[in-house]
Amino acid sequence: MTPAPVRALRAFLGRFGLIGVLLIMPVAFGIHDLRTEGDLSRLGNNLLDGLSNGSIWALVAIGYTLVYGIIELINFAPGEVFMIGSFTAAGFFGTLGLTTAVGIPGLVAGLVLTLLVAMLASGTLNVMIERVGYRPLRNAPRLAPLITAVGFSFILQNVGLLWRGGSQQGIVDLIDSQEVLFAVVGVIVTHGDVLAIAVTVPLVLAMATFIIRSRLGKAMRATAQDPDAARLMGINVDTTISATFLIGGMLAGAAGLIYALYQTTVWYFQGFTAGLIAFTAAVMGGIGNIRGAVLGGLIIGVIQQTSDNRIGSQWTPAIVFAYLVLIMVFKPSGLLGEETREAG
Amino acid sequence: MGADAPRTRPRAPTLPRTPRIVLAGAAILAGALFPLFVASGGGLLDDATLALAYVVMALGLNIIVGFAGLLDLGYVAFFAIGAYTMGYFGSLFHIEVNGGEGVHFLVSGAAAELPGIHLNFLLVVVLAIIATTIAGMLIGLPTLRLRGDYIAIVTLAFGEIVGRIAINGDEIQAFGTKLTNGRQGITPVDKIDLPLVDPFNSLNLRPWYWVAFAMVLLVLFVNFRLRDSRLGRAWIALREDEVAAASMGVPLVKTKLLAYGSGAAFGGISGAFLGSYLNTVNADQFQFAFSIFILAMVILGGLGSIWGVVIGAVALSFINNRLIPDVLNEIPGSLGLEFDLTQLSFGIFGFLLVIMMVLRPEGLIPERRRQIELSEGIEDLGVEDERVYTTVP
Repeated sequence: MTPAPVRALRAFLGRFGLIGVLLIMPVAFGIHDLRTEGDLSRLGNNLLDGLSNGSIWALVAIGYTLVYGIIELINFAPGEVFMIGSFTAAGFFGTLGLTTAVGIPGLVAGLVLTLLVAMLASGTLNVMIERVGYRPLRNAPRLAPLITAVGFSFILQNVGLLWRGGSQQGIVDLIDSQEVLFAVVGVIVTHGDVLAIAVTVPLVLAMATFIIRSRLGKAMRATAQDPDAARLMGINVDTTISATFLIGGMLAGAAGLIYALYQTTVWYFQGFTAGLIAFTAAVMGGIGNIRGAVLGGLIIGVIQQTSDNRIGSQWTPAIVFAYLVLIMVFKPSGLLGEETREAG
Repeated sequence: MGADAPRTRPRAPTLPRTPRIVLAGAAILAGALFPLFVASGGGLLDDATLALAYVVMALGLNIIVGFAGLLDLGYVAFFAIGAYTMGYFGSLFHIEVNGGEGVHFLVSGAAAELPGIHLNFLLVVVLAIIATTIAGMLIGLPTLRLRGDYIAIVTLAFGEIVGRIAINGDEIQAFGTKLTNGRQGITPVDKIDLPLVDPFNSLNLRPWYWVAFAMVLLVLFVNFRLRDSRLGRAWIALREDEVAAASMGVPLVKTKLLAYGSGAAFGGISGAFLGSYLNTVNADQFQFAFSIFILAMVILGGLGSIWGVVIGAVALSFINNRLIPDVLNEIPGSLGLEFDLTQLSFGIFGFLLVIMMVLRPEGLIPERRRQIELSEGIEDLGVEDERVYTTVP
């Protein structure tokens, strides 16, 4: 029997430990800024950039979380689907002949059209991956679909490599993404930040509404709870799973567009890191939980931005993965997730 | 299938004992004599030596993934640690050590004169085994509480962290030396120096091949002994059903950690050898794709099947080092396409993974028990199960 204070401490750490760990970096850098520069504007900028960057990860993370929620499979491919979304968007700019000279109404219309195309391409791709690679293995041991997922991820990387070559490619900066829109107390809001928020928020809201209100959304939730029972209730489980992959892929495609406009470079390897970062986000929020995925995405975005800005971007992946390992080990249920079987 | 008919499980054909021994003996003899029939400095021998080094790694990964069923996507970490052990203890890397005089132990030839730490290759291998075993257990520890696919992600994350540290290690200073040499790589690395023979050189590849071949034989022997031991049975029990294994008294923590430790040790041996053979320890070698390269070997050959993994490793290694760059690379050009097929090798491996998993998940040379496990999940759906089990005598 452990003594009461120890148990209380353990419960406290279990509940707030992760939040505490997440706060270490911003608090430390905040104090550092206050002492050296006297204000928090640098940290504020890190936060804002992190949030707009994080909205990209949030979109991809939703894809992970939805798929995990419904078939308990870690789909490795969303990162690459996201990359293909980026490439589609970048290619479609050229097809439409979009340049900065088009003017604002034309630009907005073109971007919306590109968004739809990118989402459709990524969504379809994700559905096809499910159909070819995962559905035949639905009753196989869990390792099997995971391995096909890794395989698909490599295939898609090579598709990207063939498509646009092996180096980072600049694409036309349609929205002047680094252009300052306005600044509040030293925090600079750029066009890119606005775009990221303006695309992400409506999409996430629409998706959430779809899952809560629509018939198919209800079927998705039922299938996630118990596929066999759902089938007995007359739900077409295969269609429902395909729909889940479609939604996940579409969000990844949208994220791809934002990434292309925000970073103004695309390359075939962007999906690998993005996939792992988004997966970390999904786990951090509590895998299977959509709100968690969004929250996790935003937090990871901030961590990434802070680390890029303060420690050096070459270390960022290692830091994000270290967070991933820590969360997996000490709190596999994440911030908002329920205790699941993985939690042991 | 008819519900009444008792079902026979698919079985891999097995040979009786004597022909099997003869076959294995012939294979070993052929392998040992192979270098005498090819040019001593040629590309074929080079590819064969690399293939053998990959066989050692694939056999190591096979212990973790094939025997114990713990999907490890970060196996490259052990390659890295083994190779860096070689780099630390057999190169000019610690050039300042001992006042620039260097530390030498049981080395001869040029290495005995140079600054830096130079230990005998066999000692380095022992050190690499120790380092990777510890690393394997450390990486294994956090995964103990996790389930299959989460293990994959955590090991992948570890592999990436090790890779990042290797790339950026030239920024980290400790005890007066850098942690790694980053993308520049640690080079040159000492050649293998065995007692009673001259130090190896890069013109005559035969000794390298024989060392690699001896490693493979040793590792094969260890692998067979492990598989048929109490520990090997515990691994297989763990793979089939963790809860059942635990309730039968299999100590989960110890068994899993030993799987990671021994699997990692093989990676370390091979890593140290490759460090010396390739004459460089370069951070760019240690990427996620390499883990998948080794995993594809294991899956192609057949998870858990020792001979299958050997063949899978040799096959993929030759596909990667010879078939794709030398033979198939002209095809896109002759079709009027402009790309370098070598860039696509990992896409080809990815394709192989998908195809194998969907069409033949048990691999080319399946291990019998594994095959039964895998076919159970795919073919027996729902209610049929019970009927089959009650009718099989």
